[in-house]
Amino acid sequence: MLLDRRSRAQTRVRWELLRNLIRKDLKVKYKGSTLGFAWSLANPLLLMAVYYVVFQVILPGRIPNFAIYLMSGLLIWNAFSGSVSGACGSVVYNANLVKKVRFPLPVLPLSAVGFALVHFVLQLGVLFVVIAALQYNFFGLQLLLVFPAFVVALIFTTALSMLVAALNVRYRDTQHLLDVALLAWFWLNPIVYNMDLIRQHLHSYTWIYFLNPMATVAATFQRAIYKHPYATINKHRTLILADPGYTWYLEHLAIVGVPSLLLLWFSYRVFTRLQADFAEDL
Amino acid sequence: MPSDASPSSPAIPAGPPSPAGRAGPAGLAGPAGLAVAVPKAPGVTATPTTPSVQRARVPMGNPHATVISAVGVSKRFVAAQRKATSFKEWFVRRSSRGPSEDFWALRDIDVQIGQGQTVGLAGANGSGKSTLLKVLAGILRPSDGEVKVTGRVASLLELGAGFNGELSGRDNVYLNASLLGLSRREIDKMFDSIVDFAELAHKIDDEVKHYSSGQYVRLGFAVAVHVDPDVLLVDEVLAVGDEAFQLKCLAKIAEFRAQGRTILFVTHSLGLIEDMCDRILVLENGEIIFDGEPAAGTKVLRQHLGSLPSEGPVPHDLAPVRPTKLTFARDPGGSEQVQFDPGEPLTISVTLEAVEGAPEVVYLHAYVLGMHEEPIWLMETTGGIPLTPGTETVVDFTVPAVPPLLGAFAVSVHVSNAWTGEPVTIRRFDDLFGISGPQSGGLLSVDYEARPRV
Repeated sequence: MLLDRRSRAQTRVRWELLRNLIRKDLKVKYKGSTLGFAWSLANPLLLMAVYYVVFQVILPGRIPNFAIYLMSGLLIWNAFSGSVSGACGSVVYNANLVKKVRFPLPVLPLSAVGFALVHFVLQLGVLFVVIAALQYNFFGLQLLLVFPAFVVALIFTTALSMLVAALNVRYRDTQHLLDVALLAWFWLNPIVYNMDLIRQHLHSYTWIYFLNPMATVAATFQRAIYKHPYATINKHRTLILADPGYTWYLEHLAIVGVPSLLLLWFSYRVFTRLQADFAEDL
Repeated sequence: MPSDASPSSPAIPAGPPSPAGRAGPAGLAGPAGLAVAVPKAPGVTATPTTPSVQRARVPMGNPHATVISAVGVSKRFVAAQRKATSFKEWFVRRSSRGPSEDFWALRDIDVQIGQGQTVGLAGANGSGKSTLLKVLAGILRPSDGEVKVTGRVASLLELGAGFNGELSGRDNVYLNASLLGLSRREIDKMFDSIVDFAELAHKIDDEVKHYSSGQYVRLGFAVAVHVDPDVLLVDEVLAVGDEAFQLKCLAKIAEFRAQGRTILFVTHSLGLIEDMCDRILVLENGEIIFDGEPAAGTKVLRQHLGSLPSEGPVPHDLAPVRPTKLTFARDPGGSEQVQFDPGEPLTISVTLEAVEGAPEVVYLHAYVLGMHEEPIWLMETTGGIPLTPGTETVVDFTVPAVPPLLGAFAVSVHVSNAWTGEPVTIRRFDDLFGISGPQSGGLLSVDYEARPRV
């Protein structure tokens, strides 16, 4: 029945609405600065230049092409932490809307995820262009690993984003706890340091380290983009990535992907359960 | 008992309410309230279940279908200090919860509203009417009971809610309509009409933060009414904007009514309810105390409000609108006199002085009082009376034929804000006028015969 369909349009998440909200966030953020969007793309490049100068020229490090190593893991982490942190405040920030208009509330955290996603895709494109320009050889089949890693990252990010968005309405210190947690969590991923370091400390317990979905995702991105699993450190040929092959990555993505899916289901349930009280708690 | 107030000039549309069928319990005339120029659609009668003729646009077969249904709805607000608002509190104060200090905003509400009904929600401040509207709008979850609303709901709880000041009017229209469930194609079709209605064609590409509050509200209303809602929920929002736009809004609501859409609105303006609604729900302390005909419902509410004044109006010499003078004459503007015979015309003129801060539009109730301050009859202005601060306005209440009363009478004038219904001030004038009925005693002359039964 038409009326039922029209009712549902106001309570179900629609792609179009999501797209409009993401576009709004982009417009608001980059309004009034012609170079605005370009700046946000240039940001990781500047970071890359700084790391290049520091670790390649001033303090030659243990990881060759450190800037590329760093960026290949950092972009997806930034997308994750940007999503979760943005989603956390999304409902509270739109309190006026939530209290006055009936619309599908899950679009609020989802649009925060979409916002970070747009940046991620563009920054990744820029990264590819730059490392191609640096004549760094990264072409190959291993690049395909980006896709499963991206899917797992998206599931996990969406799940966590919805959860913290819902919790933050009731417990406003969620945002503060989350900021601290993200800061610590960053160091639980092999982004700045290499995997050899972790293996030296954890030995056979290294698998615990990869229960963190983002660690697995970041490691896969490194294998896909940075490509080279071995480096010569102190004259020893050392495995600096998680694994020299490909199947290890696919297996581990599946291992963290399944719980991520469960978390997504759980978070969605929590969100839809709590959303009825948002207007009251805000 | 004739009890009409008729206009002295066309500028003050205080037309006489039809005496028949409007007579109240105490012989008081029924109020006609705010008779703004709302075009009533032809073919639409003011009975709740009458199907309207112009239903073509509403895709619904059965006009008697229930569109809004609330069964046993209650809403409890948990006292803020009992609720943990952070994880910290949750850990620290877990065991030290005090006794419950919950507040029941709604208790066991049962309402079925059929398609095409226009329903007014009225009640004193804090009676739960806005809460009920929010529960029906699906914004608040009822603590108990069930709510079902069929179709697209546009809730005008606040005009322009969700506008982003940084974006242009155009972007905001698209975003807002998208939130309300419209697809891009639907918005494209309506966009020009929205801009025209808001009278903002020249500014639609400017950022909304540069709009005046009136323009902001106009755009908000224009979007809300153009989303082709099946159910329109309106909360007091018509109290904003200039008068011309308010009339336009009311006309739009009347148009919706004619199209057979379901409208539910909260207002303090009882005149508006009497004018526009088929049905009134009167709430008191979260319960529905009356459900039915608007004329009867507003009377119930007036009685309840009268017996429990929530906040007394300001003394008449300090109020922003001051009734300064009261005169009696045969005709508007005629020479003053204080003694009238039954059947003679009577004009009671009230001079209002508006100062800074006066509401733009007010309405008046004038009670004619007997010697023990008992109300003999009530006269109300049927339309809002526009006021300009710093000037005086004279309102004439004209009675074509004085009723056959005997005695001296005083007049008490009540001034209310026409948009919100809030009382502004009350003045009971000391000036008296007399009516010399033919009877030898008693207030009223009645035809009778006295004879022994044969």
